[in-house]
Parts: sequence; C-alpha cells; structure tokens
Amino acid sequence: MPAPGAAHAAASGGGDPSGWLADCVHCGFCLPACPTYILDSAEPDSPRGRIQLIGQILDSGTVSPVQAGHLDNCLGCLACLPACPSGVRYDRLIEHARERVEEEHPRPWRERAQRALVFALFPHPRRLRLVRPLLWLYQRRLSGLVSRFLPAAVREMAALAPEVTGLTWTPVAETVPAAQPRRAVVGLVAGCVQRVFFPGVNQATAEVLAAEGCEVRTPAAQGCCGALSAHAGRLEEARRFARDLIGTFESAGVDVVVVNAAGCGAAIKEYGHLLADDPAWAARATRFAAKVRDAAEWLVEIGPRAARVPVGLSVAYQDACHLRNGQGVIAQPRALLSGIPGLDLREVAEPGVCCGSAGIYNLLQPGTASRLGHRKAEHVRETGAEVLATANPGCAMQIRQALRDSGSEVRVMHVMELLALSIRG
Amino acid sequence: MTVPAGRVPGPGARGGEPASGAAGSGAAGSGGGPRPREAGQTAGARAVARALTGVLPAEAILTDPARLRTYDCDGLSHLRVTPGLVVLPETTAQVRAAVLACAEAGVPFVARGAGTGLSGGALPVADGVVIALTRMRRILRVDPADKVAVVQPGVVNTEISAAARPYGLYFAPDPSSQTVCTIGGNVAENSGGAHCLKHGFTVNHVLAATVVLPTGEVVELGSQAPDPVGYDLLGVFVGAEGTLGIATEITVRLTRAPLAVETLLAGFPGVEPAAATVSAIVAAGVVPAAAELMDALAVEAAEAAVGCGYPPGAGAVLLVELDGPRAEVAGALAEVEELCRRHGAFDLRRARDESERAALWRGRKSAFAAVGRISPDYYVQDGVVPRTVLPEALLRIGALAERAGLRVANVFHAGDGNLHPLVLFDAAVPGAAEAAERLAGRILGVCLDLGGSITGEHGVGVEKMAYLAHQFSRDDLDVMQFLRCAFDPAALANPGKLFPTPRLCGEPPGPRRGAHPLQDAGLAELY
Ligand SMILES: Cc1cc2nc3c(=O)[nH]c(=O)nc-3n(C[C@H](O)[C@H](O)[C@H](O)COP(=O)(O)OP(=O)(O)OC[C@H]3O[C@@H](n4cnc5c(N)ncnc54)[C@H](O)[C@@H]3O)c2cc1C
Ligand code: SF4
Ligand code: SF4
Repeated sequence: MPAPGAAHAAASGGGDPSGWLADCVHCGFCLPACPTYILDSAEPDSPRGRIQLIGQILDSGTVSPVQAGHLDNCLGCLACLPACPSGVRYDRLIEHARERVEEEHPRPWRERAQRALVFALFPHPRRLRLVRPLLWLYQRRLSGLVSRFLPAAVREMAALAPEVTGLTWTPVAETVPAAQPRRAVVGLVAGCVQRVFFPGVNQATAEVLAAEGCEVRTPAAQGCCGALSAHAGRLEEARRFARDLIGTFESAGVDVVVVNAAGCGAAIKEYGHLLADDPAWAARATRFAAKVRDAAEWLVEIGPRAARVPVGLSVAYQDACHLRNGQGVIAQPRALLSGIPGLDLREVAEPGVCCGSAGIYNLLQPGTASRLGHRKAEHVRETGAEVLATANPGCAMQIRQALRDSGSEVRVMHVMELLALSIRG
Repeated sequence: MTVPAGRVPGPGARGGEPASGAAGSGAAGSGGGPRPREAGQTAGARAVARALTGVLPAEAILTDPARLRTYDCDGLSHLRVTPGLVVLPETTAQVRAAVLACAEAGVPFVARGAGTGLSGGALPVADGVVIALTRMRRILRVDPADKVAVVQPGVVNTEISAAARPYGLYFAPDPSSQTVCTIGGNVAENSGGAHCLKHGFTVNHVLAATVVLPTGEVVELGSQAPDPVGYDLLGVFVGAEGTLGIATEITVRLTRAPLAVETLLAGFPGVEPAAATVSAIVAAGVVPAAAELMDALAVEAAEAAVGCGYPPGAGAVLLVELDGPRAEVAGALAEVEELCRRHGAFDLRRARDESERAALWRGRKSAFAAVGRISPDYYVQDGVVPRTVLPEALLRIGALAERAGLRVANVFHAGDGNLHPLVLFDAAVPGAAEAAERLAGRILGVCLDLGGSITGEHGVGVEKMAYLAHQFSRDDLDVMQFLRCAFDPAALANPGKLFPTPRLCGEPPGPRRGAHPLQDAGLAELY
C-alpha cells in the first residue's frame, strides 16, 4: 500500500510524514500536556486528535474549514513532544500539515489580509523599525482617538506591543570585546521583535556575555531567522531566511551562535531538518545548527566567572515553550537566576502550559490566546513575586498584557536583564 | 447464583419503552467489529442531535465528519469505527438528556473517558452516539475527616491525588496511564496498577456513584457506610465497562500517604529467577506495595525511550516497592534484599530520595508506550496466572513466540501474576498483524491452562469477547446477560462489548431452544 501522503514527504524537508503518523499509538499521554485540551477537553483540539486530522488531510489531499480550524487552534507550543513516550515528531507533522493547509485551504479575505500584514511586517526588522515611532505616538496620544477606526487585527497588535520608550534606540554594537580573558567568540542573533521593541534585552545579553569572557559579534546585516514563517507553514519563505542567516553568521567567524529569544533558538536548531532536501545547504545547515545555543544554555555551559552583586527582588520564572519543550532548556535559566545573590526565585503553577503567545498565535487566535494569557497571569500573581522573568519577547508581551488587564503591577523582564543588573552592580 | 428479578434499581420511568426492533439494529450493527466506515450521520444520530439542540451548548454537539473521526478508537487503535454523533456534556442532567434522547430514538451510545482503554471498550458503535465525559472534570469535594472525595467522572486519576495531597492523602489505584485516564474509565474497567498488590483495585476504593441508567433514570449506587445494606449493585457496576450506565459522580476513598517508602531495583540474569524471587518474597510474609518485572526486551525499549539507565546486561529487572510504618518497612527491605541476592540478583539499587525513586520507576512507567521505539506496532496482552507458576508461564510464552516467529516483550505486575506480554509486529508485513493477534490469543490459552484469567485489568471490551466463553460456562454467561438486561432492557449501553454474542433482551440466549431452566422453574423472567 502506498503510504498516505507520501507524495508530499519531500515538501516537509526530509523524513516521512506517514511514518511520523504511524508512530502514534493513540495512548493519549499527550492530552494533559496540551493547553487547548486543558481548556476545552475535546479530542479534535488535542495532539492525538490533531494527528488524526493530519492523517485525514494527507489521505484525502483536501482540507476542510473544520480541519483547518483545529490545526490553526494549535499553539505549536510543543508541550506534546516531551509528553509522548513513543517519540512522535508532532513538531514536524504540524509544520508539514500547515504547509498543506496554506496550499489547499482558501482562507476568508479577512484572515488572508491579516496574515499578509503580519508576514509583511514581523520578519522584517527594517519595516518594524518604521512602525516604532508610529506606535510611540499611538501609545502616547492617539490610542483613544484613532482606536475605533483601526481594523481589529491592527488594534490587537497595537495593544500587545510593548511600551515604546523613545522614538529611536541604539542597536547593539557590531563587536563588543570580552571584558575578561577571552573564552570564546560568540555571535548574537538579534531577533526581529527583540531588536526593535526590546533593544535593552540585546544590550543586556551582550553585556553579560562580555562580562563572562565572550567577544560578542552582532552582525548588523542579519535578517529574520524564519521561525514565524516555518511555524505558519510558509516553509519556502523560512528556508530563504535560514540560508541568509547561516551565510551572515558563517562570515562573522564565531565559535557559537547565541540566541536570547526562545522561538528563534528552537527554529534555528531545526535548520538541519528545514534544509535537509537542499543538497547545497543540508550539511552546512546541520553544522550551523550544532553551534546554536540559547543564551542561558551557553552561560551555564561555560560557567560563571563574573562577580554578581545582590539583587533584592522576588522573581517568578516562566518557561517559554520553545525553550522548555522545543529545546529542553529548563534547568539553566533557573540556575542562572538562583545564582544571583539575594534573588528570591519562585515557581509558577502549570509551568509547562503555554501563555498563549506562541509566536503570532495571539494575533491570529485571540480568543484561545487570551484565555491562556489570563490563566497564566493568575498563576503569576499567585506567586506574589515582584518580577516575572521569561526568555522570549512574545511571552513577555502576552503575559504583560494579561497582567495589566488584571490590574497587576508585576514587572516583566528577560532573564538576561536580571543577570545584567546583578553583574553591572 | 441469583438472577436479579424485577428491574433492579426500582421501576424505570421509561423502561422497555424504546422499540426493541430499533434497538436491535444498533446492537447488531456493532457486532461487525473493526470496519472503518465513512462518516455520515444516519437518521438516528440526527434525531439525537436534534433532541439535544438547546439542551447542550452547540459546540458540545459534534456532527462534522472530520471531528467525529477523531473519536474513532481508544488505545486499541487497530479497531476503528466512526460514531454518528459525539456529545460533550458537563452535568448529570446533560448526560441524562443525552441518554434519554438515545433511548427515545433507539440509538446505542458509548460512554468515553480519556480513550486510553486497551480493549476497545470505548470503541464507538457505527452510527451510535459517543458520550464523552472529559468536560466533567470538577473535583466537587475533598473531605479529609472522612477520607473521601467526590468527583466528576472526567477527572483524571492523578488529579484526585493532587487535590488530596495537602491533607496527606492520596487515591491509591495507579494504572500506568494514571496521568491521562479518567476516574470514570477506571471505575468502568476496574483498573489497577503496580500498587494494587497491596492496596487493591479501583473496586476497593470506590464507595458510591451517581449513575445514569440506560433508561435515563438517575440512581445512587453504594454509600459511604462501611457495609451497605442489600445487593452490592455498585460492585456490579464497577468493571461493567460502560454496559450498565454512565457514572456521573463518584465518591472515592482516600488513603493515608505511607510514613515510609522504600524502592528497590534489582538486575537478574533472566526472567525465571526474578519471578521466583517474587514468589519467595510473598511466601516470606512480606506484602510489597508493588513488585514489577520487565524482561530484557522491555528494558531495551524503555532505555530507548527515556534512557532509564537500568542495570546493563540484565535479562530481567525487578522493581519492588515497600510502604508502611518505618520499622516494618526497614525490616522488610532487608529481607527482600537478601532474597534477591539469594536468587542471583547482581545489581541492587535503593532509591535514597524522591527523585531517585522517580528515576527507578521511569523505565517501568514508560515501558508500554516505549515499545513503539523498538517495533512499528505492538499488541498489549493482559492475562493472569497464579503467582507461583509465573516462571512456567513465561517459558511457555517464550516457546509460543519462537514458534510464531515473533518477539514478545514482558512487562508485568509480578506480585499479582498479572502478565502484560507485548507482542511486537510490523503491520506493513502481510499477515503479521493476524499472526500477532493469534499469538496473543494463545497466550491467553496458557493463562487459562495454568488456572488464571483472560484479563487482569484492561477489561474485555471487544477485544476479548470471544475468550469469555473459554473462562465461563454458558450458564455463567446467561446469568451475566440477565443482569445486563435488568439494567439495560433495550441493549443500548455499549452494545457489542463484553459478551461474545450481543443478545437482545428477551431473546432466548444461545442456540438453546425453549426457555432457560430458571424460567421454567419460575425463578426468573426475561427482559
Ligand atoms: C500506556 C497505557 C498504559 C495503561 N496501563 C494500565 C494499567 O496499568 N492498569 C490498567 O488497569 N489499565 C491500564 N491502561 C488501560 C486504561 O488506561 C484503563 O483501562 C483506564 O481505566 C481507561 O480510562 P479512560 O478514561 O481512558 O477510559 P476509556 O478508554 O475512555 O473507556 C474505558 C471504558 O470505560 C467506559 N467508561 C468511561 N467513562 C465512563 C463513565 N463515566 N461511566 C461508565 N462507563 C465509562 C467506556 O465505555 C469504556 O468501556 C493503560 C493504557 C495505556 C494506553
Ligand atoms: S503543540 Fe501545543 S497546542 Fe499544539 S497539539 Fe501540541 S501541546 Fe497542543
Ligand atoms: S502521546 Fe504520542 S503516541 Fe500517545 S497519543 Fe499522543 S502523540 Fe500519540
């Protein structure tokens, strides 16, 4: 019997989707890990159910609006990956299925317009940069005035955006020398949203790395890593971004490539798979991916040298899904935070449940996203901490928004910002 | 044996009303088994959907074929049947409304928890209704003084323990699927796990249940009293695999967390000495909380899945857990260690804290699903033999496997003699699935031969109906059938499960001509 969907295997970037489907023994161990199943407890909104739906799509070669809806409702949080004892590669299945959905499923014009807007904007730091002053103006004077004339999609984006502190900002210098005897030369992936809306996080990361004896190179020419595109099934676009990023960092001459945005890190580590069917790039991509580290992962790997001064804050740490599930980086950020003297580290309940940010999910599926956001905000407040630390710009925006909705004063910071605070003194 | 006469839980408001002809088509329709069907709603399912419109929220009534297909199987995934309708009630009243609508339309229904069952118990009936209880997941009450909890049926097994933990209590039955499976499913399958050797199965931990009968009546079975008066109808309901009605509220017993726990893992050169050790431990008067055995193949799978780091080169791994008062546990531990050594254990490890305990259990807990790592497909068998003949049973299973040219991994509750042979096969190889099923069947033959049973904890479902006749006499089966009819006169609740031939109530059972002897004697009537 020809394997269902075999014809599309090549499109997913290597491997065989029907084989991944067959790995699922229907044991249900992934159900309690899945945020959408936790919310609604219905099979089509569970990993097991979605795998079934993906099988239907591959079998029939068609996508119905109902099938597309349940796949769209998946956060791509990957909580189902570590939960699965059979090693089902749900990450690859959903990415492959999303590509099929984009090809086969005609979306209503509203959705199409919104997606077009998102993908014309987010993976392009230069365009994002232009938005920054507009946002500044909007946040300061205009929100009340123009809000109701904006389409809902734009309004939601604006509401989620972090507070812009000025019209301009200074990007991280292209080279920051090691402040200690040099231990390594590292490249820093600046991210799109991170670089434009959280420039302080990149500054802090470079500062901490330099203090720990790394020379930090942040090529100004670097573009998007392609994570958003890959998660949305726009694989060709993702491959283009990936090739560019690999090229940029190869010519920067670095030992490792450090990423401080969880979503970007998880995607870059998968480059080998993404480009597996491109003979000119497959080996290069695999080599490159092997050099990639999350910032916390790298700092724990090389061990602390710089002196830390006390930071008297109570801090709740929230795992970004793409760190916890996508990269298995769970202990390292906690180790770094508890290594800060005086810092009182607290755990948030349901640490493995997504906050609803999930890349651009909160823009495309605002209903589910906001239910998860408020659930998370509630758990954060239960800790009584003054600061919420996380390691992904999307999570930071999502949780900050949910906390603000609930009238909470908790500040949201990146792990690197807290570390910089302690190292800077 | 008494045949229940009269409608057991009081005269049914609607008993016997549904046209038995329509009911019959539902019951017979399911007998066909694993026929993948194209979804498409039939008149019956449509009628039920219509009747429930406005009673349940619209999004709790699933009719789209793509959605329906996601409910087409449980953990026994080679059997698939697409239901005609799925409903997701949140209250007892909504469950009752769904059951009444089915009764009215003469459409069969199947209760469903997390769908982790391994015997096809929650396999839908073609064109029937699946009543999924996953949204009924509230813990209604935890009463530490009485040591009970009242929960809805969709509550996940470990969630009960999590809610009881602040009071130093927990819910004892611990199937390996406990982080996923629901208490409703546990009750229906009378599930057990590693620790049931000492602490008992679900039936020992359920005190009362609110049940919606297939006729739509809502009854209370059991009570919190230690020795309820009259027939033990709750005992009948537990393990009935959803054929007697739907539990919508369950009162469970909570157990005090033990003062001391010791976990020991031992590597043995082979399965036989490990099995003999278990018998020796019990013979010495020690009742371990758990005594679990894995053979080399099962260890290999677990190693591949979770890297559990079990003793390298072991032909079998035995995991023993002891719990209770500190001094007692310490004494027992010394004894168990000594017995392990005497039987040839070469690598003894004791957990020093919770995390080490979890590490020792990791391989065992993951073992079932982990087998997917070393084989494309596998068949989980579930049988019981008396503990003392374990070594012989394993030898015979090994010989059968060799003859069939298939590999069998063994993971089992050695203390109970509850075997879980996992027959490995590759469905892509023509005939392999059938060969695996045949081998799994022969293994049950070995169990019966050695004085055991065809299921320890996974239930009969559709998987083992055919074997029931090997374990029970015709008269036994007839009596069970009468009992079922007393609860479900129209044969709408999970028909085609549990019994070899789904029979209509009122139809003379089996090929026997004429009335049942009990009827002749005026002792029983048919329903
Ligand atoms: C990896 C794995 C390991 C397992 N390990 C064990 C084990 O160690 N021990 C063990 O005993 N089992 C084990 N099982 C089997 C299974 O998990 C149990 O049978 C469990 O109790 C089923 O619960 P569920 O919620 O998934 O029920 P389902 O599979 O959904 O249903 C099981 C049966 O219960 C009925 N039912 C469900 N809810 C209700 C209700 N509220 N009222 C009436 N009937 C109802 C259904 O109709 C069906 O007949 C395992 C399964 C898997 C996949
Ligand atoms: S990725 Fe997250 S939301 Fe999607 S199925 Fe897996 S656990 Fe559920
Ligand atoms: S845990 Fe893995 S094998 Fe089990 S149902 Fe989920 S995806 Fe399938």
